[in-house]
Amino acid sequence: MNTKIPDKNEIDNVLSLRHTQEVFEKLKEARVAVAGLGGLGSNISLMLARSGVGTLHLIDFDEVDLSNLNRQQYFICHLGTYKTEAIKEEISRINPYINVITDCVKVTDENIDSLFKDDNIICEAFDDPDCKAMLVNHILETRKDAYIVAASGMAGVEKSNTIITRKITDRFYLCGDGTNTVVKGNGLMSPRVTICAAHQANTILRIILGKYDI
Amino acid sequence: MICINGEKFEKDEIVLLDYLETNRINPKRIAIEMNGEILPKSQFNEVVFKSGDIVEIVNFVGGG
Repeated sequence: MNTKIPDKNEIDNVLSLRHTQEVFEKLKEARVAVAGLGGLGSNISLMLARSGVGTLHLIDFDEVDLSNLNRQQYFICHLGTYKTEAIKEEISRINPYINVITDCVKVTDENIDSLFKDDNIICEAFDDPDCKAMLVNHILETRKDAYIVAASGMAGVEKSNTIITRKITDRFYLCGDGTNTVVKGNGLMSPRVTICAAHQANTILRIILGKYDI
Repeated sequence: MICINGEKFEKDEIVLLDYLETNRINPKRIAIEMNGEILPKSQFNEVVFKSGDIVEIVNFVGGG
């Protein structure tokens, strides 16, 4: 196995050649917050890291559990590790020059303002619907400068093409099928969770690049 | 006429809380866009939609 870590210029050159210099620079200058590092957030974080988003602010309070491995981007070696630490390690194996800021906390009414004060692109990737609504409403009500990209409905093996991206307001994008929640016999499965995560990640790249339509 | 989530209602007024109760929607799990603006949560208890209003009620379901 080749363990030589490419230097920063090598990685930057490859990304710049692939994406064009203009796109590369915009992504490198960007900062994105991902709230929740489960099936959505772990996938979104890695997609943004692979794309070369320069600063990722990753938030989750939980540890990697065996029940996560059916859909979340973790491995057996991460069991019992905080998701913030596990995903930071994975990102370093893709591009060690990405600036990863982690907060191993639960988002609450008390800490929400200070947590996101330096973020203006915020990705809602929670599992719990009350938390989803809390974050989205708070950001939309208090942060007129921020974009929020949220998700609702991606459980089961329903048709892939029911997962879509919608633009609710100028600063609020919603991905998912809108209805399929977790019930007995309709659990979260890797493909549809990843499809929804990809919708969110692509929407975020588009916002960074000034493409605000859907 | 009032438009909620694409459905047209031939009414002069609809009380938000009545609509949520009728449709069994949990007010803790929604965000509301009304005529292009986000409706603050603090107004959920008192808002009454009027004729001409175009409303989108985003319902968050679990999973992620």
